[in-house]
Amino acid sequence: MRKVQRRVKRTRRGDYELRIPRVEREVLRALPSRLRDLLSSDDPALSRLFPPAYGDDAERNEEFERLVRGDLLAHRMSSIDVMEATIDAERVDEEQLLAWLGAINDLRLVLGTRLEVTEEEPPEILDSDPEAGAYALYYYLGWLQEQVIEELASGIDPAGASNT
Amino acid sequence: MSAANASTAPVEVDRPVGDEVVEPARVWVVIVWNDPINLMSYVTFVFQKLFGYSRDKATKLMLDVHTKGKAVVSSGTREKAEFDTFRLHAHGLWATMQRD
Repeated sequence: MRKVQRRVKRTRRGDYELRIPRVEREVLRALPSRLRDLLSSDDPALSRLFPPAYGDDAERNEEFERLVRGDLLAHRMSSIDVMEATIDAERVDEEQLLAWLGAINDLRLVLGTRLEVTEEEPPEILDSDPEAGAYALYYYLGWLQEQVIEELASGIDPAGASNT
Repeated sequence: MSAANASTAPVEVDRPVGDEVVEPARVWVVIVWNDPINLMSYVTFVFQKLFGYSRDKATKLMLDVHTKGKAVVSSGTREKAEFDTFRLHAHGLWATMQRD
């Protein structure tokens, strides 16, 4: 059996190697502009990225949204820009990898909302399912994200002392 | 469990009249709700990164969210709660805030 190559590896210097095969890079390459377009649309799945802060209190939710929506959007767009600019990079710093993490998570949130995923095991997807591609992308991104998190988390010192 | 749980958050009845009302510190809590999309490892990581919690504390809070449907992750003034809620939203977590 072939060993699966890890896609992300923290280096001793504290940055991260991206060992992503070409075919996966091509899949990832299409995503930043796709997410950017989505964020500029009125897709209903976007509500997952801008949830209400005050539960049922419509008035306060509106006020909060007025206050932060622009900043939230700018934050998301900035992560997309970084991911796009480093899409072919073999090495990124922590801030850049955090931007990848954010953009990938936003995509998973939108895809998962559309697909109405649950916490149950993934359903069996037939090739003929019109959503087969979306499911494949959703689970691939989750798999990649796990690796990104594992490496980023290894750089966090729980005691708060600085890492060398 | 789905993120629709957020709609069951209690409704506030005693809202402040205006800006002049001085609220005592630590009366607002920020709650993160379970959702089926965010990875458990991701939620733990976000708690560590945003709040500086240890891996153990972040993991415990994540498990509360996962098994009980929600967890209080921070508390403080209304401004602090709004800031934390904003940061959690920026990281894609389903967070709401309410008076304790």
